[in-house]
Amino acid sequence: MAKDIPTGYEPLSSIEAVTEGLASVGYISTREISTAVFLAHGLRKPILIEGPAGVGKTDLAQSLAGWLEAPILRLQCYEGLDEGKALYEWKYGKQLLYTQILKEKLNELIGAADNLSQSLGKLASFEDLFFSEQFLESRPLLTAMQQPSGSVLLIDEIDKSDEEFEAFLLEVLSDYQVTVPEIGTIRAQVPPLVILTSNNVRELGDALKRRCLHLHIGFPDAARERRIVQARVPDVSDVLLKQLVSFVQGVRDTDIKKRPSISETVDWARTLLLMHASALDEAFVRSTLNVLLKHESDIAAVSKEIPRLVREAAGPDRSGRTASGYPELG
Amino acid sequence: MERTLTNFIRALRSSDVRVSTGEALDATRAVALIGYQDRSLLKDSLGCVLAKSETEKQVHDRLFDLYFAHSDSQRGGSESSSETESTDGEAPASPEDLIALMESGDDTAISLAMERAAEAAGIDNIRFSTQVAYFAQQMVKQMGGDGLQERLLEALQGRGEENETRAQELIDMRRDLTMRARDRAERAFDVFGAGETDQFRNDFAAEKRLSALDQYDMERMKILIAKVAKRLAVKHSRRRRKRNRGQLDVRRTMRANAGLDGVPFNVIWRQKKRDRPKIVAICDVSGSVARYVRFLLLLLYSLADVVPDLHAFAFSNRLRAVDDILDNNEFEAAMTKIIRDLGMGSTDYGQAWSDLKVDHESIIDRRTTIIVLGDGRSNYGDPRNDLFQQFAQRAKQVIWLNPEARPLWGTGDSAIPRYLPYCTQMSHVATLKDLERAVDEVLSAYG
Repeated sequence: MAKDIPTGYEPLSSIEAVTEGLASVGYISTREISTAVFLAHGLRKPILIEGPAGVGKTDLAQSLAGWLEAPILRLQCYEGLDEGKALYEWKYGKQLLYTQILKEKLNELIGAADNLSQSLGKLASFEDLFFSEQFLESRPLLTAMQQPSGSVLLIDEIDKSDEEFEAFLLEVLSDYQVTVPEIGTIRAQVPPLVILTSNNVRELGDALKRRCLHLHIGFPDAARERRIVQARVPDVSDVLLKQLVSFVQGVRDTDIKKRPSISETVDWARTLLLMHASALDEAFVRSTLNVLLKHESDIAAVSKEIPRLVREAAGPDRSGRTASGYPELG
Repeated sequence: MERTLTNFIRALRSSDVRVSTGEALDATRAVALIGYQDRSLLKDSLGCVLAKSETEKQVHDRLFDLYFAHSDSQRGGSESSSETESTDGEAPASPEDLIALMESGDDTAISLAMERAAEAAGIDNIRFSTQVAYFAQQMVKQMGGDGLQERLLEALQGRGEENETRAQELIDMRRDLTMRARDRAERAFDVFGAGETDQFRNDFAAEKRLSALDQYDMERMKILIAKVAKRLAVKHSRRRRKRNRGQLDVRRTMRANAGLDGVPFNVIWRQKKRDRPKIVAICDVSGSVARYVRFLLLLLYSLADVVPDLHAFAFSNRLRAVDDILDNNEFEAAMTKIIRDLGMGSTDYGQAWSDLKVDHESIIDRRTTIIVLGDGRSNYGDPRNDLFQQFAQRAKQVIWLNPEARPLWGTGDSAIPRYLPYCTQMSHVATLKDLERAVDEVLSAYG
């Protein structure tokens, strides 16, 4: 574990630098997120991010890549994902084609040999030729290892993959190396910054968890959500912004199946902007609620609460809570 | 400083947060990276490195606050004075120093001395709440409590008003000192001992007869059952498909390699899909068995992720589906209602089987596991084992969980021997451990 893995990066100077850096590419971080990134960078450990869908888990990886100006490699996990799709594959077609084309050449070469063992020896040397890097189709994991100046490797929704694949990842994540039997071990010159995301479809194995830093991203508080929406939809007016965010926060408190996440808030802000809404009113909300909520029963449940939620979003009691609980937006 | 961290990790481990050596090393490296200065930063960082789930994070945060609350004062001292005074910590301090210290009323200085005494007394080794008094006493001793006692005796033996007031002062001082020491020892117990004591109680409860559990244990059992359910879920939710190496799927292989001129480079093996567990739980809710039903149903319902297809029936004489009651009520309220509605009649297994046959036979198919929980005491009625045999033939397996021990099977009105031939397995279930094993076996059959 304590093996010295060359980082190849300049160490990050501080947690604040992380927050600022992420903000510069439009990702509004929290102290927990920045701390995790700072540690992952400093310790060269993967981060395992858990949390509900749509709170910016995948986005964090993309923003990180943008900020660090490193290439991002994304591996989307699914049931049945195997090494061939994740790591490398031999270009069978190309190998086949080449052997066909070179058939006659081969005949000539082997024909020149005096005896069987000599021709076998010659053949063996070509064999190696066909299993060289030239015929290697590298998939995201291998590509990430090969980046000369480091990369951000995003392994998305790891909980959807099979147990076997999880076990296979262990070598990659702890040593930053992969083994191709025909070629040997390929070790990353600059280890990639690995980010794994999980929606908790199944419980991940202890071995994997042990190799990762753990970060839970939950729903944001009102202040952070406002900043996120403002960063993503800069045209939205201050009044509307404040109202729509406190409306969404109110919706999350009600008892529904799927609570709206940040991505839905942003979509909703865009929708309202498109409809030229300057402030929240019941009619607007009613006609656009399907952007925010994705279940028929949820829409029905929230519809009943709309008057109250709109009143609260516009009213002083919400902003009162903001003033006491969270720093006001400057 | 290293020791502060290793002790903290030990405290985490005793509270059921599994920290591996690798993670401990990571924690050391993380601390080297960010330092001890910023307390909230340290908390976030260690939480990130050491706690690997939401529950673990909560435990971590609670322990962090407890642990570093006292280590604050400890470290404040260790940087300035304790390096030079560490030898004093070994031998009890002189009573004059102690009296002067207590009279000064300087809280920081007193808690500093207290920390040194705590360390000398080895307080981090505390395990049980009964040790609090002992460790408190040891700490007072370390600080020179014996000397204080002597002074007090002298003052008491002496005469005159002056001596009396002095004695009173010393008594107050001793009380104050003891209180502080107890406080400190209790805090240490919270950090290091509480988790282990809890663990001990859990182990004890898991092996206690379910019928003998009292109200006090119920909360603990709920937590335990949640843990058991999680363990089973992890074990059984992971494998969805089984790879059947050795059997070539010719059709799919040919199709996959059509682009390669039919040369089979990519070989595809036949895969067998696992059946999802389907469980029908039939519970006798009369008298003594009802207590067990509570735990079985709670466990099965906690397994909703692994067993999406679960049907529960309850009977004493008439059998009824209770899924709706369980779905629509708080678990405890649902159980009370079920037992009140159904648990009153005299037990009749034969009637229950014919009700099941008439109303619900279609839910039993070849993927179904039937779990029967009951003692098979049917008041000498017709056990209708012919019907039971039919169910057993339709179902994948029949598991009978019997709260009675084996020697009692077949005694009195027990119809167990009539059912036994048709059961895949009949086992005696007395404790939570038995229950866990039984459910584990049921789920394993779907492997």
